Amino acid sequence: MRIAVYVCHCGGNISDVIDVQEVAKFADEQDEVVLAKHYSHMCSNQGQNMLIEDIRKHEIDKVVISACSPLFHGETFKSVLEKAGLNPYLVEMVNIREQCAWVHYDEPRRSTEKAKSLTAIGIEKVRRNSALEKLQQDIGKNVLVIGGGIAGIQASLDLGEAGFNVHLVEQKPTIGGRMAQLSRTFPTNDCAACILGPKMSDVGNNKNINLYTNSEIQDISGTLGDFHVQMTKNPTYVDPDSCVSCGVCADACPVKVDDEFQWGISKRKAIYIPVDFAVPNKFLIDENSCLRLKARRKNSDSQVCGLCAKACPQDSISFEQKPEQIELDIDTIIVATGYDVFNAKEKPEYGYGKFEKVLIAPQMERIIVQQGEGKKTRDIGKRIAFIQCVGSRDEQLGREYCSRVCCMYATKLAQLIRHSAQVAGQEKDIYVFYTDMRTFGKGYEEYYKQTQKMGVKFIRGRPGEISEDPFTKKLTVTVEDTLNRQIIQSEFDTVILSVGLQLSAGGEKIADILNLPKSTDGFLQEAHPKFKPVDTQTEGIFVAGTAQGPKDIPDSVAQASATASRAIRLMNQGKIFNEPMKAFIHTEKCDACGKCLNICPHKAIAFSSKSIVRINQNICKGCGSCIASCPKDAIDLQMFTNEQLSKEVKAALSNKKEGERRALIFADNMCTYKLADSVGTAKKSYPIETRIIRIPSSSRVSPKLILQAFILGADAIFIGDCEEKSTPFKDSIQATECNVRVAKDILKKVGIADNRINFFQFVTVMLPKFVNFMHQTVEIAKQKNPITLEQRRILEDNLQEYLFPN
Amino acid sequence: MIKKIIIDSEGNKFLEKIETISGEKITSCDQCGVCTGSCPFTDNMDITPSNVMRKVQLGQKEVLETKTIWVCASCLHCMTRCPRGLDLSKVAEALRQISLREAIDNFDIDQIDKEETKKLPPIALVGSFRKLTG
Amino acid sequence: MRENKLRIPYYPGCTLKANAKNFEVSALHSMEKLGIEMIELPRWNCCGVVESLTADDKMRHLAPVRNLIRVEEMNEAGIVDDEFRLLTLCSMCFNTLKRSNKFVREDQENLDLINDFMYQEPDYQGKVEVIHLFELLADRGFSRITEKIEKKLEKLNVAAYYGCMLLRPRNISIDDAENPNIIENFVSALGANPVNWHNKHRCCGSYHTLSNKQLVVDSVKEIIQDAQKNRAEIIITSCPLCAFNLDQRQKEIKEQDDNFRQMPILYFTQLLALALGLGKESFGFDQNYIDPEPVLKRFLE
Repeated sequence: MRIAVYVCHCGGNISDVIDVQEVAKFADEQDEVVLAKHYSHMCSNQGQNMLIEDIRKHEIDKVVISACSPLFHGETFKSVLEKAGLNPYLVEMVNIREQCAWVHYDEPRRSTEKAKSLTAIGIEKVRRNSALEKLQQDIGKNVLVIGGGIAGIQASLDLGEAGFNVHLVEQKPTIGGRMAQLSRTFPTNDCAACILGPKMSDVGNNKNINLYTNSEIQDISGTLGDFHVQMTKNPTYVDPDSCVSCGVCADACPVKVDDEFQWGISKRKAIYIPVDFAVPNKFLIDENSCLRLKARRKNSDSQVCGLCAKACPQDSISFEQKPEQIELDIDTIIVATGYDVFNAKEKPEYGYGKFEKVLIAPQMERIIVQQGEGKKTRDIGKRIAFIQCVGSRDEQLGREYCSRVCCMYATKLAQLIRHSAQVAGQEKDIYVFYTDMRTFGKGYEEYYKQTQKMGVKFIRGRPGEISEDPFTKKLTVTVEDTLNRQIIQSEFDTVILSVGLQLSAGGEKIADILNLPKSTDGFLQEAHPKFKPVDTQTEGIFVAGTAQGPKDIPDSVAQASATASRAIRLMNQGKIFNEPMKAFIHTEKCDACGKCLNICPHKAIAFSSKSIVRINQNICKGCGSCIASCPKDAIDLQMFTNEQLSKEVKAALSNKKEGERRALIFADNMCTYKLADSVGTAKKSYPIETRIIRIPSSSRVSPKLILQAFILGADAIFIGDCEEKSTPFKDSIQATECNVRVAKDILKKVGIADNRINFFQFVTVMLPKFVNFMHQTVEIAKQKNPITLEQRRILEDNLQEYLFPN
Repeated sequence: MIKKIIIDSEGNKFLEKIETISGEKITSCDQCGVCTGSCPFTDNMDITPSNVMRKVQLGQKEVLETKTIWVCASCLHCMTRCPRGLDLSKVAEALRQISLREAIDNFDIDQIDKEETKKLPPIALVGSFRKLTG
Repeated sequence: MRENKLRIPYYPGCTLKANAKNFEVSALHSMEKLGIEMIELPRWNCCGVVESLTADDKMRHLAPVRNLIRVEEMNEAGIVDDEFRLLTLCSMCFNTLKRSNKFVREDQENLDLINDFMYQEPDYQGKVEVIHLFELLADRGFSRITEKIEKKLEKLNVAAYYGCMLLRPRNISIDDAENPNIIENFVSALGANPVNWHNKHRCCGSYHTLSNKQLVVDSVKEIIQDAQKNRAEIIITSCPLCAFNLDQRQKEIKEQDDNFRQMPILYFTQLLALALGLGKESFGFDQNYIDPEPVLKRFLE
């Protein structure tokens, strides 16, 4: 074996603290290392070329790069090895930047020693790396888009036009979403229906888009390239092929109910079309208000009413329609489930639902549309007040976040009210009570100024309460003008509450079905706030629009196009590649005891014959949970093998001086390792006695590995993983908890304090917590009554018996 | 004449003291004014409740001289609505305590109408002593 | 079917033994009729009156917590059977006791501190649940009151006045702090008509009644006039200080404004006693400043 080791200066980031020359010299002295160098920038073109040349010239077959985090440049060096004709899995990166130079910058001497130790760990690991191939899987071109608002429409059109096969599912009877309910859009005052309508009909006409309205997702299983979707298409009781949308049926219908599309400010019939530009443009029956359908729930052959069916000239109405179950095989998924507005009744001091002249902003949108259409609608009177941040930025409601669109939509509504009044020769006094005006988008500040110039008064203050005069129904608002330090108590004809946004009820359901994590604001969480803003934690599932967080139309559309491009990126090649991180069996050790079978959360392990246990590589996710169950060490995990890990542990604990203590950290790749990187980037220091070992999931750490570490000289160990909801590995947290319990019990048996092993779950923003934990772990390592050699020896002698008692 | 004020570490000490006594994170007040808009007794105050918070934030000790801090009856309308979850009654109490702990009374017991003491509920008397005397 | 009588520890507080005797009498008699035996806490002391608002002075929680120890003792001595709810009537006592209970129950350090300080008392274990009579009645179901009504208070317009202490802070509230309806439900259970009004939880001015009488006079006037605008004939409350302010300060309001229409202020238990058909000795109307008898005449015969 011919190993080459490179120590990177990182342009001073590393070499200002660590003596890189000394580290290179140390590496050179290790067995099988035939070449050791230090260089200013290994990741630069020159660095990469040097590496390729060296590999060829010195016939190198394994490489160690002591530089930055493998999460940062791991892929870079894999591809360099490929270029040099080596298998890419034969390189290991040693993280002496984030885990050494940046966190121990005030201890250069000891940092150099630690860098040597870390490099030794890397050398031990790379010795046991084997040539692996990425796993290849076929992928089709079928995309599921959930939600037919502007984000879902945009994503569907992008994908459909690019030749992908789109299945667009919408719960409501028409696509168009919330945007279809708006009057005009800021900051251009375009009519929403006029710009959205054509896009909606494009969806209807695109041959690559299969549209399912009035439909609900029931369940989704599987993974990228192999999702399986079950959904229900609810009956509309109108045959869409023959209905010509003449509306005779609705004229005949005797039932009137609140029209949800109009936010309840006007009524519709039980047979209706949501709006005249609906897609599909077909009538449907609302089964919750139709007299016959209601009667049929009690008596299945009731014949009450039926006036619509009698009136229909096309004979399109059928009360016999049943829900239709649809199943789809899907390769990628885009979640665009949108938002619901805050329920203003949860803010009783503003009287919504109790005082008839208190409206929510979406209702005002519809009043303006109805006015524009010349319909009879609500009279809002002369004096109008807007109250901002209703259901936003309010800890009383547990909603700390800003809804981002309310400042602008209130400004827009104020403009539109003002404008239509001017046209009609009326006077309107409009006041906007705000906490902060946030008009940050392109052209928004200008729009705000334009509104101020129109004479709309913006008053900085959050009203305490609204009262209603029981006779005149006028509303009194009490509010401090905080800029003037005076209290305004004034009467208004209408108060409009600028309600905030929240994840829609449909979004909640989809999040449950797909097991998508939510951020603290309750919206769906993206995989990375900066670099993966439309990915979710689950590969192949993307999120667009307000499901991810409040945003305006331009941002929703941009995100939607981004999801389309991310989905295309996966599907376009027809193939996807996965890391070969899979469990496998050392058949020579396996005695087919079957203990591992029930441990696997995915049921990937099974008997293939009476004496042979097999692992299905297509099902295995690589969590390593099964390893702990095997008394014969016959199960292993590719890329993180038993041998690799135990040698890494050994290297991490070697060269311990008299009285020196060491703490070992097993850091999962997804959260803890990333967090350690962030701590390094933030240059927050922690004790130098720590050694971090990267693992795919905490469940990979078997009790045996933990105890081996204590035998070899560890004084404290902590295992870190993600919180349960964000780990990609099913049931891994429970598995780790169990493993840690087993290890603790055994430690107690030999008289070692069981607080020396701990497990903790992190989210990637917990920097101080992580630093704290590092301190605590080292404190535990240094506690009185150190582990004696005798204790370590007893542990070693009885290890197998303790782990697998007969 | 517009008075100039200084913002300095002296002021920060005052802020810290009030934060310690009240247990409230006063710096997180956003000055939205919902407290003022909810207060039933602003007619009897000289500065608005939100202004009290502002003056404490900036360490302006003159806030101790205001009527407002004595008028606050801890009815908690403001606390129920504060979007930053602050309890202004605790801030007012802390400001009152600065005076009361120096045994300065804000209320003269001899003032009480003797006839009325017979009718007054004990909780009114004790409440007053607790809130207004040192 | 014989109904088991509920025996529950009860904390009266000082005011119910003085100016608000009518509150206590009407409550005791009414509860007896409803099968609830209120057992007065032995050796109770002052509730502490007004919750301590300073973070750096925890000793003010001693008085309230000491009363809670008595409840645990009653259970130990078998005076009540596994009944750790402490019933209060006075809103102020309810508020002070419940908040201090929270203060020690939710923080072990606080509990230890208070217990250490009162080392001569048995330790408080944190088992007590402070409740208000409204909560007890609502939990049992207001329909159980309706069943026992002898005089349905038909067409009597009642304004339910919550004040501050039953609702705020939110974490001790007996109902939604901004939109409560528990007292309205109680009023409906008596057959009366609860009015819808704005000022039902506005502060009356509280202890300012001593030092700043005019503040309270102005505040009470606004509260009463809002009730009247919404056609209320009487106001009911459960706070002796609110009751005093709302009732007695009408004298000053009338002196300042001759057009002011006075209206009676009742403890909710007085109204309950009336509806349950109890006798005049259970009402204690003689302690009310504004005589409620004219308004209630139709139910008194």
